[in-house]
Amino acid sequence: MARAALLGRLSWQFGELVELVHETPRVSSLYFNIPMWPGHLAGQHVDVRLTAEDGYQAERSYSIASPPEARWVALTVERLDDGEVSPYLVGELKVGDKVELRGPIGGHFVWRAGDDRPLLLVAGGSGVVPLMAMLRHRATAPHKAPARLLYSSRALADIIYREEIDRLVAANDGLLVSHTLTREKPAGWSGYTRRIDAAMVKEVAWPKAQTPAVFVCGPTPFVETAADLLVGLEYDPLWIKTERFGATGGAGGG
Amino acid sequence: MRDTHRLMGFISRGFKGRRRDTASSSRLPPGQYLVNDFPVLSAGPTPRPNLDQWSFSIEGEIDEPKRWTWKELLALPSDTVTKDIHCVTKWSKFDTTWKGVSLDTLMEGVETAAEYITAFCDGGYTTNLPLEDVMDGKAWVAYEFDGQPLHPEHGGPARLLVPHLYFWKSAKWVRGIKLEKEQQPGFWESNGYHLYGDPWREQRYWGD
Repeated sequence: MARAALLGRLSWQFGELVELVHETPRVSSLYFNIPMWPGHLAGQHVDVRLTAEDGYQAERSYSIASPPEARWVALTVERLDDGEVSPYLVGELKVGDKVELRGPIGGHFVWRAGDDRPLLLVAGGSGVVPLMAMLRHRATAPHKAPARLLYSSRALADIIYREEIDRLVAANDGLLVSHTLTREKPAGWSGYTRRIDAAMVKEVAWPKAQTPAVFVCGPTPFVETAADLLVGLEYDPLWIKTERFGATGGAGGG
Repeated sequence: MRDTHRLMGFISRGFKGRRRDTASSSRLPPGQYLVNDFPVLSAGPTPRPNLDQWSFSIEGEIDEPKRWTWKELLALPSDTVTKDIHCVTKWSKFDTTWKGVSLDTLMEGVETAAEYITAFCDGGYTTNLPLEDVMDGKAWVAYEFDGQPLHPEHGGPARLLVPHLYFWKSAKWVRGIKLEKEQQPGFWESNGYHLYGDPWREQRYWGD
């Protein structure tokens, strides 16, 4: 949200947890009421700060899962066993609790529904979170760019937003979703069952002549592979926006 | 110290956090946490330039632009330095060892009225810095990390290394610097991130 950011400093403010949704065994969505939220764009992230009794603080960045149109700001967080902040957010935090937040942050990895280029989203694991904000944003738009999502998960139970994605596809408004599972082949599964590769990307991605807008998000090795494969399809590197995260599951290494 | 920044004495109920020893705390800028791996952050695909066509240039406010081929750059006197690095996405990594050419070496003999530079890169990335922040032993064009050629994911063949600022200023895949009289916001600086980026003053975003 460039306009809000231009108004000055991104101040810390309270967000109150109003709803907690368990998405998968390791992943929860946290819906915050942030009274002074300046608004955001699909794809942006937010900083979260926790303070212990003795004043010790920890900050992390998390992608925003909710679209700009939503009433509450949703973060979808994967609990990492060796993490410092994620086990608190997914486990300790209860409805009615507050955290300190500031944002929105980032003006590059963003998509506006007015962009009518075909949209290609490529997600690895919880990298789907900012891409889901884009799909939710698209679902509210009067004119919908054709969109494709290629989403790689470990196992069926690890697919975040699975039912909601199915519903978005069922709306039959030009969204095509291809899942791949890297560690499981469930009975009756019709999706891919391997790591992302050249053949898969060629089948799912728009022909380069359609000059798509591309967003890739996931762990670094996944993003490196996916972006290289798309460049291999002779996509212009400038069409491809990436966001990588490291061990702690926040946006961009946080 | 830092608890003076929290809102109205706020405490996150039940949050204990992971404690650090005092020695490492004093080396960690506010809001940062220590990692042992080396996370990657970049905005697009990783470029893989052909070294035969690679060059590093100094352009802009300079009478005669300077240019080095890959081989010429490697032939220049180099430094090996060990530095702590701090990424705006909150991770810090201590004691990273780099080999590269000091900007002092590259700028030797250059007369310029410029007060700023814009580093430019393969893939179109740019970042802006005050000239004085890359002089006097504060910045390098680094081509080795931990004794190995710099991996493309981490900015190889060569990246800028300006360890006293947030790491987005240490532009990956750097191809040169443009000397400028006026400061021109670079890629992240145009996308909500701070113009200067001092981790010790926690200058992450516009207005910090």
